[in-house]
Amino acid sequence: MDLLTILSRTFFDFPSMMEVLPQMLATGLVNTVIISLAATLLGTLFGLLLALMGISPSRWLRLPARLYTDLFRGLPSILTILLIGQGLARVSYQLFGPTPYPLGIFALSLIASAYMGEIFRAGIQSVERGQMEACRALGMSYGRAMRLVVIPQGIRRVLPAIVNQFIAIIKDSSLVYLLGLMTQQRELFRVGQDAAVLTGNLSPLMLAGLFYLIITVPLTHMVNYVDVRYRTGRRRLTVPQSGLKEVDEVRPPSGALITHPRIGGNHE
Amino acid sequence: MNNLSSTTDATWHGASLELRELTLAYGPIEVLRKVSLRVAPGSTTCIIGPSGSGKSTLLRGINRLHEPQSGDVLLADRSVLHDKPDTLRLRIGMVFQHFNLFPDHSALENVALAPWRVKGLPKAQAMAIARQRLEEVGLGQRADHRPRDLSGGQQQRVAIARALAMDPEVMLFDEATSALDPELVKGVLTLMADLCRRGMTMVVVTHEMSFARKVADQVVFMDEGEIVEAGPPGAIFDAPQSPRLQRFLSEVL
Repeated sequence: MDLLTILSRTFFDFPSMMEVLPQMLATGLVNTVIISLAATLLGTLFGLLLALMGISPSRWLRLPARLYTDLFRGLPSILTILLIGQGLARVSYQLFGPTPYPLGIFALSLIASAYMGEIFRAGIQSVERGQMEACRALGMSYGRAMRLVVIPQGIRRVLPAIVNQFIAIIKDSSLVYLLGLMTQQRELFRVGQDAAVLTGNLSPLMLAGLFYLIITVPLTHMVNYVDVRYRTGRRRLTVPQSGLKEVDEVRPPSGALITHPRIGGNHE
Repeated sequence: MNNLSSTTDATWHGASLELRELTLAYGPIEVLRKVSLRVAPGSTTCIIGPSGSGKSTLLRGINRLHEPQSGDVLLADRSVLHDKPDTLRLRIGMVFQHFNLFPDHSALENVALAPWRVKGLPKAQAMAIARQRLEEVGLGQRADHRPRDLSGGQQQRVAIARALAMDPEVMLFDEATSALDPELVKGVLTLMADLCRRGMTMVVVTHEMSFARKVADQVVFMDEGEIVEAGPPGAIFDAPQSPRLQRFLSEVL
C-alpha cells in the first residue's frame, strides 16, 4: 500500500463516515449547538454585568469584576471545566439529577463571561464621552443614559468580537466530554471520538471536524456583514447636497439679521 | 421650503441666571476663580476669550457637568446648587461644539428621546413635539435621516432642536459653530439670533465676534479663569479697557 492509500483510509474512509453520520447529526450536532448557545447566552448576560461592574465608579464593584476576569481568563479551560464539573457534581445532582450537562454549560459560560466582559467593557468605553455628556445635559440619569444610549452603541461596536467568542465557545464545548456524558448527551467531538475508537479509524473524527468547520467558517464571514450593517444601521443613499443650498433652510423671519430689534445699538 | 417665518410665533420664557463667586477646579488646578455674572431673563450673553480661559468650564459649571467647588448658581432668582443635577439640567439646554447627536437614532428620534424617556411624555406626543422643533430649525424634511447623513450645520440644528424640545429656561452654547464649514455657520447663527429674539435666555461661548457684536446684550471677556471685562458689545469691542482684552481683540479681529 502506498502512502496515499494509507492516508486516505485513515482519514477519509467514506463508509465509516457515513455510518456515524446519523448519530453525528441527531446527537452530536444538536448537543453541540445546545451547549454552545446556552453557554453563550449565560456568558453574554454575565459578561455584560461584569462589564458594567468594571466601569462602575465604585471600587467595590470594579475589584471583584477584575479578580473574576483575571481568574477565569487566566486558567486553562480544561482545568476550569474539570474543577467545576467534578467539584460541584453533588450540588448539580440535587438540582438536575445525574447529568453533567448543566454543569458543563455552567463552566463554559463562566469562562466565556470573563472574555465577554472584557469585550463589552472595551466597547462601552469606546463610545465617545460626548454621548454621555449629551444625555446628562438632557437630564438623564447615569443609568438611563447607559441603558438607552451608551450601551447599545458599545455593543454594536463589538459584535464581531462577540461572534468570535461564540466560535471559541463552540470549540471549547468539546471539552465537556471530560465530565462523562451519557450516550444521548454526547456532542460532536465525543460522537466522533467514540466511533473512531470503535472502528480504529480516524475518519469519524474527521467528520466531526468537518461539522465544526461548517458551523464556524460561515460565522466568521457573517461577522463582517453584521459588522457593517449594525455599525451604521440602515443607511439611506442621498445625493450630496451643496452647502449653499442648505443656507436657505434657515431663513430669518422677514429678511435678514438687519431687522433684528437688538441690532442698531439699542443695547441696555 | 420650510423656513422659519411660518413658525416663529412660539415664544420662549427665558429665566434669569446668576453666578455668584463660582469657583471650579480640576483636581488641584483652579479653572474658574470666583466668577460672578448676571444674565437677565430673555437676554443673550456672549463669552469670549482665549483658549484655556475657562469659557467652556463656566458653561459646565452652570449645568454641573462639572461640580463647582464653591459659589452659587441662581436660576430664576433661586439657588439651584443644591438641587439634584438631573432636575436642574431639565431646565437648562446645552449645545456642544461637536453636536453629540446619537448616531443610531434618526434626527426625529434624537429630538424625541428626552421628552419621551426623561420627561415621560407619551411617545406620540414626544414625536409630535420633536417634529415641530425640527420644522422650526428648517429640518422637517430630514426628520428620518441619521446624523451621519446630515451636514455639520444640519446636525447642529438638530442638536439645538433636541435641547429646545425639553422647553428649557436657559440655553448654553459651547462653541456651537466652531466645527462647521464656513458656509454652514450662518444657518446656525441665524437660528441662535432668532432664539434670542424670541425670548430665550442664552449664554453663548463663541469665537464669532460679529455675532457677539450684533446679537449679544452683554459680552463677557474671560482669561485665566476670571471675568476680566464685561459690558454691552459696543463698550467691549469699540472701547476695551483692560490691556488683556485689547491684546485679545487685536489678535482675533
